[in-house]
Order: sequence, then C-alpha cells, then structure tokens
Amino acid sequence: MRVSLFITCLADTLFPDVGRATVAVLERLGCTVDFPEAQTCCGQMHMNTGYPAIAGDLVRGFAQTFADAEAVVMPSGSCAAMLRHHAHNVAPGAAVPPLYELSEFLVDVLGVTDVGARFPHTVTYHPTCHSSRLLGVGDRPYRLLQHVEGLNLVELPAAEQCCGFGGTFAIKNADTSGAMGVDKIRSARSTGADYLCASDASCLMHMKGVIDKEDRGHRSPARSLRTVHLAEILASR
Amino acid sequence: MSSRQLSRTDHVGLHPKPGEAFLGMPPFPQAAHVALGDDQLRRNLGHATSTIRTKRLRAVGEVPDWEELRLAGASIKDHTLANLDRYLIEFEAAATAAGATVHWAADAEEACAIGVAIARSHNTSEVVKVKSMATQEIELNEALAAAGIDAWETDLAELIVQLGGDTPSHFLVPAIHRNRNEIADIFRDRMAEVGRPAPDDLTAEPRRLAEAARLHLREKFLRAKVAFSGANFAVAETGTLVVVESEGNGRMCLTLPEVLVSVVGIEKIVPSFADLEVFLQLLPRSSTAERMNPYTTMWTGVTPGDGPQEVHVILLDNGRTRALADRVGRQALRCIRCSACLNVCPVYERVGGHAYGSVYPGPIGAILNPLLHGVSDPHDAALPFASSLCGACYEACPVAIDIPTVLIEQRAEAVREKAGHPGPPDPERLGMQAAGWAFGKAQRLNRLQRLAARFRGVASRIRWLPGLLGGWTRYRAMPEIPQESFRRWWSERGSGRSGLDTVDASADLLDQRRSSSERSQRPPQRRSSTEQGQPPPQRRSSSERSERVETSEETEQ
Repeated sequence: MRVSLFITCLADTLFPDVGRATVAVLERLGCTVDFPEAQTCCGQMHMNTGYPAIAGDLVRGFAQTFADAEAVVMPSGSCAAMLRHHAHNVAPGAAVPPLYELSEFLVDVLGVTDVGARFPHTVTYHPTCHSSRLLGVGDRPYRLLQHVEGLNLVELPAAEQCCGFGGTFAIKNADTSGAMGVDKIRSARSTGADYLCASDASCLMHMKGVIDKEDRGHRSPARSLRTVHLAEILASR
Repeated sequence: MSSRQLSRTDHVGLHPKPGEAFLGMPPFPQAAHVALGDDQLRRNLGHATSTIRTKRLRAVGEVPDWEELRLAGASIKDHTLANLDRYLIEFEAAATAAGATVHWAADAEEACAIGVAIARSHNTSEVVKVKSMATQEIELNEALAAAGIDAWETDLAELIVQLGGDTPSHFLVPAIHRNRNEIADIFRDRMAEVGRPAPDDLTAEPRRLAEAARLHLREKFLRAKVAFSGANFAVAETGTLVVVESEGNGRMCLTLPEVLVSVVGIEKIVPSFADLEVFLQLLPRSSTAERMNPYTTMWTGVTPGDGPQEVHVILLDNGRTRALADRVGRQALRCIRCSACLNVCPVYERVGGHAYGSVYPGPIGAILNPLLHGVSDPHDAALPFASSLCGACYEACPVAIDIPTVLIEQRAEAVREKAGHPGPPDPERLGMQAAGWAFGKAQRLNRLQRLAARFRGVASRIRWLPGLLGGWTRYRAMPEIPQESFRRWWSERGSGRSGLDTVDASADLLDQRRSSSERSQRPPQRRSSTEQGQPPPQRRSSSERSERVETSEETEQ
C-alpha cells in the first residue's frame, strides 16, 4: 500500500527520530512510504491562537501537497484532528485527502496490532486529549503497546487529564500549563515506569521539558523518567 | 508579569469582595498565577472536583441512552433559541394569564431597578434569596443594599460565601474554595453580625455546620415578606417556572413569603412541559451526580391561598441577544448551568473560579462572558485563551456545547479586536506572521531548520528566554535542536544512504538521545542531490512536487 507521510512541522524540525521511526514501522509492514517534500504545517497553531486566515492558507497548502494521496499518515493525534475536524472551518472547500493518525492507520487500515516490535522496558501511556477526545483513537495505542515484546505497560493515574501543553497556551498561560505539566509528571513518576509514552510530539516536548527542568534541579535525580513517542517503541526491535 | 498587577491582586485578595466584585482583579493569566500559589485552594479544589467527577461518571454511565438524551437536550434548546421571540411572547401570555406580572429587562441596570422597585413597594428592609446565577450576574444584592435592603442568601454554600465576604467560585458549590474548618471559622465570626449567632460549641463537623446554618436561616425564612429567585427553566406553553435545588431552602423561599420575584434569563425558556422530561434527567446527573433532583419546585403564576400571592417574572437579556447573534457562539445559550464542565476542567481545577473574574467561571464562563460582553475589555479578551483546548468540557456537557470550537472562534475575535487598536507591534502577532511565512513554503522551513541546526550548541545551553517565550523556560527545559531535520534525513536517505539500517536500530536511537554530546560529534552530513534540485530516483511523485515548489520560490525571489 502506498502511504503518504505527513511528518508534522514539529516532528520534522525538532523530533526527526519520530519520523524515522514512523517510516520504519510502515515499511516493515510492507507500505511504500512517500514523503511529499512540499509539506510544512497543518495550521493548528495558527487556528488555535486566533489566526484563522494563516491557518486556512496552510490547510490549503496541505490539501494541494497531498492532493493525490491514497492515505496520509501522521504521527500526531492533534494534527490529524485539526485536519479532519477543523480544516473546513478555516479553509472551506479545501479537499482534504483521507488521513490517519498512526495508531488508527495501523489498527484500522492495516489491521495490525502486533507490529513485530521489541522494547524491554516499563512504559506508561498518556493518551493525549486530541487523540482520545477529538479523534477517538480509543484503545488502539494500548493494543499496539500490549503486543510489543518485553514491554511492561503500567497504568497512568488520571491518564485522561490534559498534560497542560495546549499549543500557545503553554506560553500565554504558562503558570497554569506548568502546574498541569508538573501534576502529569508526578502521576507518571508514581507508576515507576522508565518511559512515558504518547502519540503526539508536542505533548511529549512539553512533558520532557518539565521532566528535564525537574531533573536539572536535583544534582542526581533519583530515577530518570524518559519520554518516547509511540512510533519509536513500535520501531524498536 | 508586572509587579503592579501582582500588588493589585494582593490588595483585592484572592477571593474578591461582593460589590467591588471582580473590578480589581487582573486578567486571567495574572489572576491564575496568584491562585496557583495558594496551596490550600489547590487542595480544596483538587479534592472537590475529583470527587464530583467520579460520581458524575457513575451517574451518567447508568443511563444507556445518555448520548441520545444529550442530543435531545441540545436540539430542544437550539429549536427554542431559533424561535425565541415566539416562545417568549407565549411565556409572557401564559404567565400573565396565571396571575404573574412579567417584566422585560434589557440589561442588568433595568433588571435591578425593577427588582428594587418591587421590594420597596412592600416597605421591606430585607429579602430572602434562592441561589441564582442571574441575580449574581446583575449584582442584585448590591443594588438592593444601595436601596437600604438586605438580601439574605439562603443556599448553604451561598450563605458561607456571603458571610465570608467573598464571591462564589462555582455554579453549584459556590464555596468550593473553602474547606470545613474555614467554614466553621466564618460561621463563628460572622453569623452574630447578621442574625442568630452560631452555637458556642460549633465544630467543623458537617452535621454541626448544617445545623448552625439551619437555625440561622429559619429566622429569616419566617420573617421575610419578599423573596428573590432565578429559574432553571421557564415553560412557554404553561407560563411555569422551575427551580431545582438540593437543600429545601429554596422551596422555603419560594413558598413562604408573600411576594416572589424571579429573574430569568431569556435563554431559560423551553417550549413545553414535556421538554422538562429531558432536562430533569440531564441536569441532576451532570451537576450533583444524582439520579433525581431532591427538590424540584414548579409554580405557575399565583395560586389563591397557596404560596406567594404576588408573583413577578423579570425576563433578562443583558447580552443574551448579542450571544444569540453569534453563529458559532450561540450554542452557549443552551447551557443549563450544571457545572459539569467546571468539574472536569484541568484549568478550573488548578486555578479555581475567581481567576475568571466573573460569576460565570470555568470553560462555559470562558465563552459566555465574551459572548455576553464582547472582547473589548482585557478580562473578557483573556478568557478564550484560558484553556488548553483539551475538550473535557465538551465531552461532559449535557447539552453538547462544543466549547473548544467556540473558544477558537473567540480567540480569532480577540486577535481581530486587538489588531484594530493602534499601538506598538504586538510580538505575538509578529511571531505568528513569521511562522506563517516560514510554513508558507517548504524551502523556507528547510532553510530555517538548517540555520537552527547551526545554533544547536548554543541553544542547548539556554535556560531562560525573554518576553513571551519566557513562559516556556519558566516551567520547562528547552527541547534539543537535532542535527538534521526529518526532511533532510529523508532526502539524504533517498540519495543512497541506507535509511532502514538507521531506523531499525531505533532502540539505539533512544540511547543516542541520552548522550546528545556523542551525536553532535558526528561529522556534518554532505548536502544531498535533492537539495541541489535533482530528484532522487525512487521517490518520483514527491520530488516532482518539491521541484515545482522550488521553481516557484525562485520566481518569487
């Protein structure tokens, strides 16, 4: 199956490992991955910050770039939700191709829950708000993780609570965002997991930022919690 | 944040006084900063909201057709709002025929003037009140006080708030910001000033606190000639008003006094009595997590010899027609004030209700205030941004108000409003325009990524950023800038470097990330053929597009 990868501006710029892992998983499962190089950004940040005109331009750019795609796959629940549910608000009439968040594509389209990965670590999963509430990916990421060899999945308390990132909310309401982030990391650390996993590089960037800031405050952090994208676990073997 | 703003907040106090209400409060981000520093408040809120959340989930989970019920509630409200002119007239005719007097108030001032005039006409120096958001919205208590009339709140939590000299911070549990020890202190210190004192041996035991309140309020119920209320629903077909409550104190107010005045927002109308079937299921399960509401009082005008013999209804607009004119935002008028959105909101849970600077806090307040007043005031303009857009509110809302979508619309309105004012260039606006430009063409993004990679060493040492971006570094470390972007890796992979080997050792990637110093010592990658404009052989379709864009970029320059 031919798959067009939308890497998202954030993963492209700051988390290329997420993109490489996504490619690895898709190719391992027999997909031919195409990366239209004219792609940039879905416009989510602009729309959510109050700049719908710029967001509309970016959505139209996305639609044009992926015009002949059979299936667009992206390792981000929030970008997928933006393009699936909000694109028509900022770019009426733009023809958005069929698109999937990675776990949706693997489970629904390819019909796979065991991707042949091995990750011998204790992992807790944060379901991220836009994946769960806007896209409704449900238990798909958990099913994928449960089939990873050696992976010990532990439940995250108050998992449904937002990590506090919220795009420019993280800056405009930094105090509230920070408090939410600190609470989320406290929950994650309480599980004793080695890795905090999620399916959105943006939420992971915020959570890793909180962890690193906390660890920096201690000369030798008792135990380090690391963040990891779902795609990176699924690519490991 | 300027120290001036902080000191203003300190002066007003975390819990604003009634009357001065929220006038001295700074906009949301600064008010939230102060609230977040109050550990007791965060503990009170965290405990209370998580308890209510768990109970609500259970109560809602019991109803197999909850989704259908929710959509029925939304569509009844939408239909009513679309025909509000007709239903309001119908309500007025039915209520009048049943012996009520219906008044129309365009704004808070008119509504208060009508209420004060009615109270005055009965030569009373005090009135009792049923818990009501509408009367708080119009600041009726303050208007009555200015006319020399004391208004006694009779809802237990409203009594706590009134005696404590602050303002409610939640629709349903207005004193959610107080714990029982604080409540016992308030009762001991303040009850004697305004009526029957608290018992000398009062403890913080809930039963003892309720008893003290009961004894204190009973005197007021028996003495009052005039009562004020709001209404949860107003039935157009019959002219009936409905108040739902849990304590019975509301029913005392609605039945004992001779005169009853109800301030009712025009969005409270439902067409028929049968429509209550939907809302009387949705409301209690969403608000108190009860299957059925403990006290549901309904009255239709005057019943001779039974209950108040003079019944007034003040139909209140106060910005509601403004909200109704907003194509996206009008759904906020479906709200039945259940407060489920407050209880599930991670922002509300951490900062409490007062930071919103309005009697309508939480997610619904964040959209309702700008809809009612517009966004020209800095408080209202800040509210649509007081959300991480997590969507928990929409999920919980019993009338399916898509609060995140309305927030997004209002953010755009706030940005437009700000742009309309002359002043120095707004850094946020410039940043958004710059980002829009960079994302406008893949080549620009590519160049910026490569530029950023050159500064990755410097960037990794950043601990603090100035201005807007300082919000990031105050709570989080900066993300590392990778040596190469994904798109650069892809184009090099296409030009012959084996990609799969690199990726399939993905477990190693995680190790690599741990020692970033190792990675930065890797020799810089050679420019690939793609970047020089020659498409790699295997990836024709994408490279063709890329080539097209490259050409247009050159044309532009």
